[in-house]
Amino acid sequence: MKMSIKILGAVAVLMLAAACSSSTTPGPEGATASVAPGTPGHFQQVAGDRIYFETDMSTLTPDARATLDKQAAWLKQYGDRYQTFMIEGHADERGTREYNLALGERRANMARTYLSSQGIPAAKLRTISYGKERPEVVGSDEGAWSRNRRAVTVLQ
Amino acid sequence: MTPATTGHRLMAVGLALIAILIAPAVWAQTRGLQQVTVEGASANPIPIAVTDFVGDGVGGQISQVIAADLERSGLFRPIDKGAFIERIADAGRTPRFQDWRAINADALVVGSATQQADGRLRVEFRLWDVAAGAQMTGRAYFTQNANWRRIAHIIADEIFKRITGEDGFFDTRVVYVAETGPGNARVKRLAIMDQDGANHRYLTDGRSLALTPRFSPTLQEVVYMSYAQGTPRVYLMNVDSQRQELLGNFPNMTFAPRFSPDGNRVVMSLAADGSSDIYSMDMRSRSMTRLTNNPAIDTSPSYSPDGGRVVFTSDRGGSMQIYVMSAGGGEPQRISFGNGRYSTPVWSPRGDYIAFTKQDGGSFSIGIMRADGSGERILASSYLDEGPTWAPNGRYLMFFRQAPNAGGRAGSVRLYMVDTTGRILRPVPTPTDASDPAWSSLIPQ
Repeated sequence: MKMSIKILGAVAVLMLAAACSSSTTPGPEGATASVAPGTPGHFQQVAGDRIYFETDMSTLTPDARATLDKQAAWLKQYGDRYQTFMIEGHADERGTREYNLALGERRANMARTYLSSQGIPAAKLRTISYGKERPEVVGSDEGAWSRNRRAVTVLQ
Repeated sequence: MTPATTGHRLMAVGLALIAILIAPAVWAQTRGLQQVTVEGASANPIPIAVTDFVGDGVGGQISQVIAADLERSGLFRPIDKGAFIERIADAGRTPRFQDWRAINADALVVGSATQQADGRLRVEFRLWDVAAGAQMTGRAYFTQNANWRRIAHIIADEIFKRITGEDGFFDTRVVYVAETGPGNARVKRLAIMDQDGANHRYLTDGRSLALTPRFSPTLQEVVYMSYAQGTPRVYLMNVDSQRQELLGNFPNMTFAPRFSPDGNRVVMSLAADGSSDIYSMDMRSRSMTRLTNNPAIDTSPSYSPDGGRVVFTSDRGGSMQIYVMSAGGGEPQRISFGNGRYSTPVWSPRGDYIAFTKQDGGSFSIGIMRADGSGERILASSYLDEGPTWAPNGRYLMFFRQAPNAGGRAGSVRLYMVDTTGRILRPVPTPTDASDPAWSSLIPQ
């Protein structure tokens, strides 16, 4: 029962991705639907729009750096189409509201500094913190918390 | 920015409250009532009979509000009116004490509420010591009809003070964050209400996140943080007109604001390059003074009641801890040394304690410690207890408690009240989920 729900969920996500993209080329069975190059959907698919952090930390993990490297490469190729690269910093709910606002800001700034060091113009990189106010996953276990400790690059 | 709206005025403008002491026929010489102290809150609250105030109109409602206030403090147990033997027809006459001893009432409240020829309401009450058969206090108030609830709270404060020796906290308000909607897209708007939940009103419309509201000393303004113009920043709102004003125009986030006790300054955090430092803003010149300069996170500042020091949260030592510095800045001293992480320190209006949120193991607690960090006492714990705020008498706190999220749904978030012994813990009613309460001082009379 659980399994079938998961499969249904995956199908729904695929359909959603297809509906969002401007020009969809139907891929082979089971493959991720491709999206138009240079779009936010393409950024998410090719580079990944978010990185994750350890508990109460803002240092970049190797995974996070790898994602940011891909983001930098993509932004160099397509970034001219956008005015601002807004980095949203978030925290899990295991901290107080005010401290988490500061922590989200520090995380976003770590991503910003790294992207800037990779040649992305600092003037286009901006940060905003949502603290623990906008979780990606609504849950109260490590699985949820680990996905809520994040910095998301949003193209504007 | 936001046009002024004509809501009902919250403050004491035109209250025209006159209180006179009613001289008793016999003052209580030896009081039969044992003095109860908030510190020594026992498992045996004082049985008190609060009779319906004599007169047409709001007399019954006034006694209801008084009884509910006293009950909420945890120090009183109002006796069911159905058990009363004597029916009070004249609040000025000496009651039949044997009738009240028979139902084990230690204290008795009688009163009247009568319409005056000039249109005002006259509310009078007497507090009787049943065992001693003597009046403990009595007062009369003249006011506009619309203020009857406030009069009830003021009377409850008088009774509380006469019996416990501590100032009351019933004629107060609470501003907080009302929460609705799904966990990943919560609507968070400011709301204000009387301490008992009455006169509830929203201050923001919910279109953008509004967080961490704090009262000015006059209760006329609230400082808070809002995402109204994209970048989260500190705003000032006039509670009556609901006019909002950005405090300073900084490129980065400003947050965690709080007024100084004299209302002349607002202390807050300002983020720059990932670091958050504490600044204080002069409310007349709007100039900012930097109080900390450190690559760490410095936030949640709160003034001592004399305005001379600021307590705040910092992770400069590797984890969140509580520090105290001079209100003008300078080298801070760490005061929290227990296990776990400490944050949101708030100085008691009496100056004796600092309340805080503590994270240790899998739980969050509300606790208090002395200003030098000694005498730590945990008052409440759960999955997530956060954000203490003091009642004006420094003997009760309010905070919010979030239940764990489950099945992709946000856990409930509610306000709670606890006393400084931790023995009296009870929910504070709100229409929706609620977080981040700020308790006002006593409303100016």
